[in-house]
Amino acid sequence: MLYRENGQFKTRYSDDQQIFPILQDRWLVMALIAFAFIGVPMLASEYMFRAILIPFVILSLAALGLNLLVGYCGQISLGSGAFMAVGAYIAYNAYTRVPGMPVIGAFLIGGAAALLVGIVFGIPSLRIRGLYLAVATLAAQFFCDWVFARIAWFTNYSASGSVSVPTLTVAGISIDTPQSKYLFCLAIATVMALAAKNIVRGHVGRSWMAIRDMDVAATVIGIRPVTAKLSAFAVSSFVIGVAGAMWAFVHLGSWEPLAFDVNRSLNLLFMIIIGGMGSIMGSFFGAAFIVVLPILLNQVPAWLGVPISTAMASHLEFMIFGALIVFFLIVEPHGLARLWSIGKEKLRLWPFPH
Amino acid sequence: MRQTTTARWLAATALAAGLAVLAPGLAQAQAKGAPAAAGAKEQFFPLLVYRTGPYAPNGVPFANGMADYYKMLNARDGGIGGVRLTMEECETGYATDRGVECYERLKGKGPTGSTAVHPLSTGITFALTDKVPNDKIPLITAGYGRSESANGEVFKWNFILGGSYWVAADILVQHVGSLEGGVDRLKGKKIALVYHDSPYGKEPIPLLQERAKMHGYQLILIPVTHPGVEQKAAWLQVRRDRPDYVFLWGWGVMNSTSVKEAIATGYPREKMYGVWWSGAEPDIVPAGDGGKGYNALTFMSPAGTGRVHQDILKNLHDKGQGSGPRDEVGQVLYNRGLASAAVTAEAVRVAQERYGKRPLTGEEVRWGFENLNVDEARIKQLGLEGMMQPISTSCRDHMGGNTAQVHTWDGKKWNVAPKVYQADMQILKPMQDAYAARYATEKKIQPRDCAKEAAN
Repeated sequence: MLYRENGQFKTRYSDDQQIFPILQDRWLVMALIAFAFIGVPMLASEYMFRAILIPFVILSLAALGLNLLVGYCGQISLGSGAFMAVGAYIAYNAYTRVPGMPVIGAFLIGGAAALLVGIVFGIPSLRIRGLYLAVATLAAQFFCDWVFARIAWFTNYSASGSVSVPTLTVAGISIDTPQSKYLFCLAIATVMALAAKNIVRGHVGRSWMAIRDMDVAATVIGIRPVTAKLSAFAVSSFVIGVAGAMWAFVHLGSWEPLAFDVNRSLNLLFMIIIGGMGSIMGSFFGAAFIVVLPILLNQVPAWLGVPISTAMASHLEFMIFGALIVFFLIVEPHGLARLWSIGKEKLRLWPFPH
Repeated sequence: MRQTTTARWLAATALAAGLAVLAPGLAQAQAKGAPAAAGAKEQFFPLLVYRTGPYAPNGVPFANGMADYYKMLNARDGGIGGVRLTMEECETGYATDRGVECYERLKGKGPTGSTAVHPLSTGITFALTDKVPNDKIPLITAGYGRSESANGEVFKWNFILGGSYWVAADILVQHVGSLEGGVDRLKGKKIALVYHDSPYGKEPIPLLQERAKMHGYQLILIPVTHPGVEQKAAWLQVRRDRPDYVFLWGWGVMNSTSVKEAIATGYPREKMYGVWWSGAEPDIVPAGDGGKGYNALTFMSPAGTGRVHQDILKNLHDKGQGSGPRDEVGQVLYNRGLASAAVTAEAVRVAQERYGKRPLTGEEVRWGFENLNVDEARIKQLGLEGMMQPISTSCRDHMGGNTAQVHTWDGKKWNVAPKVYQADMQILKPMQDAYAARYATEKKIQPRDCAKEAAN
């Protein structure tokens, strides 16, 4: 009743091929974006910005990058933390060593470096698949951990191995308040998400999905696996690299190599598993789930008035987190994005059952 | 079949929707915090602790010591100057991002916001150093953190009370020098630093390299990756290089693993010297009898009990309100947490003398931290006699004390050697000023003019 396409006739091919062909969808997404850019800065508190919204935006971009590789191209990668680290450290070096380097320029250089590293560590994917590829990318993770801890050039010869950036300025505007940081990250994330959505709708994305579904058949019909797989690694690593630079510059401000360890890689993988692999929207759902859930679990005992020690709350967080992941994988293996799609399909027929 | 699918879909969607609805509401409620009555006479202390994870064996006694001291002040004295102390713990797991989230969550609680924050992690300290000047909350890093933050002109909000890692490294070199018969006799000797591969472990390296240049000993650096359970390769390297002394800069399970590996490779424990964060009961007891002879530094409260412990046992543990087990009271890290809390309470008391006996803001307490004068008489009054060195801070000096002693494990307890070492400020001060100046240029901070502030 609400979601019907009655009367929405397309007269041009471009109208039929747009990302949101249904008018209600377009309105909803526009309203959401307007709320994110205008409404949220007016409503959210500083804590919400610093602890929830900014990490959510940055990690959803990183999850999006990983989704391009794992969800759309089917190459399992446990090295996303390493690519974030490459993006962060190379952006840091570009920003501090090159006088007058703008922040966006530093991010792009960090992303480009991550792209090159991603291609290098994507080469094993041409020979091995699945679990074995996951182990090879894990090697990337540990290698990058070692590089940034041991090779002093990357940390600008800092004695403690910890680096930090001064306050950022973009086009003369200083990014120091939580609102400005949030809007800056949101702008970058929106642009890159739009680009990613268009890539996966085009021939490049389709070649990725062909490789994912049945790579031998894809090769037979003429899709070059080298091009498809390495381009997936390249684009995915670029996005993850930019997200890593944002995580370091905007959210942390001051970081050490442990900030991008294997736990971060696993975190991103869980985000896309829960959110929905092979779905742009799923990355956002998964990121929201994983950013908010631990904070929520920490505070529910206090909210319910049950006094629990912090240690017990932390242990409970792990247990409930794991149980929820298992629950979602059993009930809906395609993740929260699939729940959303089913919901939309039912809405199109509502109030009729079929 | 269809009904099962629908039922499952409904269950999953309901759960997801429920979480989605709850999440912002809860976060918002938490952000606004439990609204303290405007006139409530309360001073809020955030407690960033780690009771889980590989660093918990050392984090738990420290956290218990701090919490017990504040609770004891409430129970025995009714707070500080009639202002009750409230506190809330937040689990950080020694992770920087969780520490930052805890700090953001707790910084605005209480009628006047957080009084002071003790992160007990060098990584979290580095992240918070950038944030505290904006939020105006003193960052107390007693015996850890950035060594250059002793310079109060650049680091207005950091207080590295009692000693830094450069102080520790300097005192260790002095001590092994004295064992050799003079620091000049160190020429040609080998000193290995087995360190936790993090900002914490890397902090002493500049000073040890400086001293190596001065005295001619060979410094061997052996990093151990977090969390430090895998040390076989490191100790095989020690066995191969045969250093004359091993300095241990570990934390959490890394410490006990190091001692066990030293026993396994046959390195004499008498030649091992741990920094003050590698010299507590959880670090040596798991090694059993083999740990006998292991030495470490102690700078703020070695193991032992004093009058303040009797007060804690009487007011808290006897009434079942102790934060931890009773036999933990008096252990090294428990005492260190206690002393950190005592110094914080002392700063609040000093600030109250200037600003009045009311809940104070972070800025007012910062003044208190900068004008601390905990001398021997005051230490005796506090009930910590023989357990703490005097601390006296100023605008320029946010360290306030730079002494330590060496204690040795005899299989059952720590025996403190009577000699009190003092770090050589002739070497340290130029390094502190140089590193602080570098930080100031990097962050575009204008250093304070202490002389001008004193005149005002």
